[in-house]
Amino acid sequence: MGVGIEVRGLNAWYGKNQSLNSIDMSVPANHVTAVIGPSGCGKSTFVRCLNRMHETIPDARAEGSVKVGEMDVYGSGSDPVDVRRRIGMVFQKPNPFPTMSIFDNVAAGLKLNGFRNRKQLNELVERSLKLAALWEEVKDNLHKKSGASLSGGQQQRLCIARALAVEPEVLLMDEPASALDPISTSKIEELIFQLKQHYTVVIVTHNMQQAARVAELTGFFLMGSLIEYDKTEKIFTTPADKRTEDYVTGRFG
Amino acid sequence: MPPSTSQAVSLWRRLTDWGATGFAILAAILVLVPLLAIFAYLVIKGVGSVNWAFLTQTPKPPGETGGGMANGIVGTGIILAVASVIGVPLGIGSGIYLAEYGRNRFGDVIRFTADVLNGVPSIVVGITVYSLIVIRQKHFSAFSGGVALGIMMIPTVARATEEMLLMVPNVIREAAYGLGIPKWRTTLSITLRTASAGVITGCMLAFARVAGETAPLLFTAFGNQFWNLKLNQPTAALSLQVYTYAISPYDDWHKQAWAGSLILILLIVGAVAAVRITTSRGMMKGS
Amino acid sequence: MRSRFQQGLDDLKEKLLRMGGLAEQAIDRATEAYRTRDSKFCQMVMSGESAINDAEREIDELALDLLAMQQPMAIDLRFILAIVKINADLERVGDQAVNIAQRVLDLISEPEIDLPVDIPRMADGVSTMVQRALEAFLDGKAEVAEAVLQMDGIVDRMKDEAFVVLVQKMHDEPSCTRQALDVLLIARNLERIADHATNIAEDVIFWVRGADVRHGGAHYRE
Repeated sequence: MGVGIEVRGLNAWYGKNQSLNSIDMSVPANHVTAVIGPSGCGKSTFVRCLNRMHETIPDARAEGSVKVGEMDVYGSGSDPVDVRRRIGMVFQKPNPFPTMSIFDNVAAGLKLNGFRNRKQLNELVERSLKLAALWEEVKDNLHKKSGASLSGGQQQRLCIARALAVEPEVLLMDEPASALDPISTSKIEELIFQLKQHYTVVIVTHNMQQAARVAELTGFFLMGSLIEYDKTEKIFTTPADKRTEDYVTGRFG
Repeated sequence: MPPSTSQAVSLWRRLTDWGATGFAILAAILVLVPLLAIFAYLVIKGVGSVNWAFLTQTPKPPGETGGGMANGIVGTGIILAVASVIGVPLGIGSGIYLAEYGRNRFGDVIRFTADVLNGVPSIVVGITVYSLIVIRQKHFSAFSGGVALGIMMIPTVARATEEMLLMVPNVIREAAYGLGIPKWRTTLSITLRTASAGVITGCMLAFARVAGETAPLLFTAFGNQFWNLKLNQPTAALSLQVYTYAISPYDDWHKQAWAGSLILILLIVGAVAAVRITTSRGMMKGS
Repeated sequence: MRSRFQQGLDDLKEKLLRMGGLAEQAIDRATEAYRTRDSKFCQMVMSGESAINDAEREIDELALDLLAMQQPMAIDLRFILAIVKINADLERVGDQAVNIAQRVLDLISEPEIDLPVDIPRMADGVSTMVQRALEAFLDGKAEVAEAVLQMDGIVDRMKDEAFVVLVQKMHDEPSCTRQALDVLLIARNLERIADHATNIAEDVIFWVRGADVRHGGAHYRE
């Protein structure tokens, strides 16, 4: 089951440039929340702060409070590696590990963290591939085909399976369908809709129609601040802030 | 453009295109020619002297005919093994540091040092190892020979490793971090593995380069007429024996020197091919 | 892409206002027919109906295209939705004007009698409501639309008074029943037109403010 995310006073910097200004946001469990905004507004930065990926960039840092369920992500005893194990991430460009088979790709997060039990690995890989709606297409070639030999849409579903295999509570997706064709995109969107039963999903997207299709809640970011955060229907029919309306109607961005 | 002008331009374009292609092909042929010539010459001069005796016997005293370079073949193998044990791990380790952790001033210093080391003449390396190890131990040894050659391998392996690691797209590393895999594990199991084909090529290049080195071995392994399998004794090496025989006044030894050179080249080519075959079997190729 | 879309929106607005003009014209002609008892005005109303129906079709098509091709959001989406609704109301206004014209034709064929009901005054009020509602739409002014909502009560009262008077007249002078019935029906048609004007005003408020003020309450999205 998924958990909720509480963000209070989150600030982030790249070197001297502040890219997030004191963000407060409550993401409810087992819902899909979309984060939209024009290029450079901080939406990707925000999501990468949730699982402490932001600080892997040289000179980047973040401060504030992020609580994922019971876990205090930026707490004093918190280990970034541990945080990332509990929060899964799927990236914009599908990035399966090129030298590994499909099976090894999905199992990578488990195997490289010391998980050895063969039987359980097989079960977890099968379960993850089924959750990602990829099992039927690859079940006969798990060990023979490499991750990189799949099509773009399949690769992205492989990456989703890989992220799910370590059984995170939250799934972060940074523009997961932007590199894919419309059929693959709609498969991924359908998948996201199914996933929310088990996980809490936060998805960054620059495609407003996509946010409208998959997300129950939507947050609009502009220049590092969260301008408006509400039910998706409200944001797209009667937004409260003029800036939100201007973005959503395509007057800028 | 009027038709006549565009026709003239397009003709000129086609001619320059053919010219450039032709030049490139010619250049490639010119590169291959010396290589093939050397190899052919070696085969012609040396293959007559390669026989069972050559491959299994130790050298006979000067003046006597017969004998072989068996101890040299084995000795080269031992020395190169030691060199690889030293050069490959240290080289790959430095390469990993430079690529993953050393994008800073200190890393620049290391990089510069490696480039300088690469340019140090092999005889200087030999003399240095002589004074550091051979004099201390008061004897020549295969070990010191391996150290000298290993040191020479390091810069090539390190730079190749660094280059290949840098070519691994950052999104691959990010995918691993996102799974909660620590940086060191990511570097070894994911990044290095992705770059492995190139890293192995780098190691092979370094290996091939030092396999034929003679000067450093003059002061370290020193050479040996007899069998020696111990690391702390002077050891024969093919390159040393080829040198010794080549500058000798004996015809028989000259013939054996040719044979030795041929065997040395074949051993190097064989080693590289063997590594290529065994490593590509365990690797998944992306489409 | 925005400017092509904006052009589509402007186009829709212009077409709707033109259709509104046709509807207003129909009301005025029907009123004139009643006042002058001249059947040529009735003919004009009835022959003008097809133009209104064509306009309705055209506007619906354009709105559908814009929705499909441009995926409008927020205020643009509300605007197009409002246009589609106002479109339907204006077409009904046209229908009601035709009904009035038919009643007038009937009255003309009967002997003229004096009835204590001021239809022209009621018609003027109704016509003003339609005019104001369309003005509110033209300028995007919710306050003007709200004023229209207020006027509906007045027209309702006028209709109720007319009913009372006419029923009494039919009871007192049964020979005038036919004419009285015609006038009663005309009053009812006018009251329906006023309702449509109210709808138009509500749609304008929905577009401009995002508030659903239909059926008497102001309902903002939670």
